Amino acid sequence: MLVIKNLHVSVDDKPILKGLNLHLPPGKVHAIMGPNGSGKSTLANVLAGKPSYTITDGEIILKGVKINELKPEERARAGLFLASQYPVEIPGVNNLYFMRTAYNELRKHRQEAPLDTIDFMALAKQKAHTVGLSESFLNRAVNEGFSGGEKKRNEILQMLLLEPSMAVMDETDSGLDVDALRLIGTAVNTLRQADRSFLIITHYPRLLDYIEPDVVHVMVQGRFQQSGSKALAHQLEKEGYGEFLTV
Amino acid sequence: MSVEAYIKKNYEHGFVTDIESDQLPPGLNEEVVRAISLKKNEPEFLLNWRLKAFRHWQTMKEPTWAHVRYQPIDYQAISYYSAPKRKPSPKNLEEVDPKILETYNKLGIPLYEQKLLQGIAVDAVFDSVSVAITFKEKLKEAGVIFCSFSEAVQQYPKLIERYLGTVVPYRDNFFAALNSAVFSDGSFVYVPKGVRCPMELSTYFRINSANTGQFERTLIVAEEGSYVSYLEGCTAPQRDENQLHAAVVELIALDRAEIKYSTVQNWYPGDEEGKGGIYNFVTKRGACRGHSSKISWTQIETGSAITWKYPSVILQGDHSVGEFYSVALTNHFQQADTGTKMIHIGKNTKSTIISKGISAGHGQNSYRGLVRILPTADNARNYTQCDSLLIKDQCGAHTFPTIEVKNPTAKVEHEATTSKISDEQLFYCQQRGLDQENAVSLIVNGFCKSIFKELPMEFAVEANKLMAVSLEGAVG
Repeated sequence: MLVIKNLHVSVDDKPILKGLNLHLPPGKVHAIMGPNGSGKSTLANVLAGKPSYTITDGEIILKGVKINELKPEERARAGLFLASQYPVEIPGVNNLYFMRTAYNELRKHRQEAPLDTIDFMALAKQKAHTVGLSESFLNRAVNEGFSGGEKKRNEILQMLLLEPSMAVMDETDSGLDVDALRLIGTAVNTLRQADRSFLIITHYPRLLDYIEPDVVHVMVQGRFQQSGSKALAHQLEKEGYGEFLTV
Repeated sequence: MSVEAYIKKNYEHGFVTDIESDQLPPGLNEEVVRAISLKKNEPEFLLNWRLKAFRHWQTMKEPTWAHVRYQPIDYQAISYYSAPKRKPSPKNLEEVDPKILETYNKLGIPLYEQKLLQGIAVDAVFDSVSVAITFKEKLKEAGVIFCSFSEAVQQYPKLIERYLGTVVPYRDNFFAALNSAVFSDGSFVYVPKGVRCPMELSTYFRINSANTGQFERTLIVAEEGSYVSYLEGCTAPQRDENQLHAAVVELIALDRAEIKYSTVQNWYPGDEEGKGGIYNFVTKRGACRGHSSKISWTQIETGSAITWKYPSVILQGDHSVGEFYSVALTNHFQQADTGTKMIHIGKNTKSTIISKGISAGHGQNSYRGLVRILPTADNARNYTQCDSLLIKDQCGAHTFPTIEVKNPTAKVEHEATTSKISDEQLFYCQQRGLDQENAVSLIVNGFCKSIFKELPMEFAVEANKLMAVSLEGAVG
């Protein structure tokens, strides 16, 4: 699904990612853990094509196609979704309308007919319940005045609607209480299937109790220092990243 | 030289075709004013009024306080009268500039309307004339007068004499004086006592509404307890050979009457380098003369190279209400200086101003507003919200609010924000599959939402698309 080869990325000429490699097969869930400033969010944003990040070397390959030069919307249409760490507010733009626009945009690029307002609303209502958002959130402006937790739920709601083949979740768990974590974990699990992969970036292994990862990577100073099973996550929780930082 | 001689004079200028001959030669003097009045067979009071306006105009200087820049206008180079003429119309849509058709399609204008706009003969089903006739009959039943200004001068001279210039006197400003002297035509609406006008009045349906010219005059009178909603303009792009447009609109609402006036202005804005485009210098004002009367202006200003326009309300009657809802968009090299005046005279008068300015490209967008609470206006209230949105970093947004309060019981609130479409917002939309242009228009439409909901349905649906079309080339 996603292959990253020797990826080097700079922000304002400052190197952040320094030779990162990843092989994420279809149907698998990989988690990335690491201390603050290790480059986790940079990776998420680079994958989605955020303009302020410069790839200085290496390749990102999505479903066999190199996407280094693709625009963010082209990557989205190719099936990549980023659940943002800090979802932005868009005043005045109706949440439901926004989601339907995105939904139909993706359908259009699959040569499918758009879903009309009534059908989409029914779908969105149903999905909203699964992430614990009341219907009233659909009729508010995108993320405007949402609490931190509500914004995160709104991200997962969009993910459930857009059904990406490659989902990147950037610290979705931060700001969520245990109940919300369970709900979101369950919702994400319903999406797991053979042709869909997940890259879950997190500080804490809590989320991984609900979404079982196939592989856990430890990211320090712009590289994966170690990769292992879910047990690695719990080892990190107990021992911290000290061992890696002294490397 | 006599007026008759003057009118004949244009033949000397070598106009060869009969169509062209019904146009006065360029230049402005008293004879021109007399000639216009004579051609229109006007009663004496109107001629005298035009002449007073012209004499006053000659003593006036073109205003320079607006935050706009343009080359000086040569008022002697303009022809001030041109009889409605039929331009050679294309036979079918294939003969129309494909660029224009592309815009029509983007706006979602139905095919038969596209044909109407281009002056192509349409089939019987959608015959505009028959639509207009049914429309007129309905109005007649209700007792509503809706006709061209010229027709009103002939049919209802007493009403014209009674109300013309009572809201915007010819002395008001340079462009209003010019309009008063040379106005060509426009619209007249009269809604009798207690009548709720059965439909939205749109210039689109008025027979002979084409070619009302560059000096348009509109007068709307709503008698006691009546209601009327008036739509001006069209979302379809309008081109005109005349660069200067100086219209005057006067609204009069008597006791408990309500006038809702909505405008979509999409005149040619000039090209991407700022060449050409209409100068739209308009004076619009309403008088709430009665108890609990209400006047509401809603405007979507996306066209013209320069917009100079301040639809205002004089709140004379106690408990009267004035509203101003505005979206002004400037892209490329467009300049807009627009806003409103709310003059509170009566007790318990209330006004609301919500202005949304959007600047893109090299556009310059200014809000200019005056809220004046006079000593008589006990418990007057005003709420003003003035928001500017910037797209990229070559454009400008400016705000010139003036608040004068002469009554201690008044309550005046002013809120203002300036924001930029952030890269984060754009990226977020793009990450969901929208391209940059769609993302920008989505964000802009969200910004304008509170204004769009004031528009009558038929305009509101198109307003979204209009914003998208007007913002083309603003990003990327």
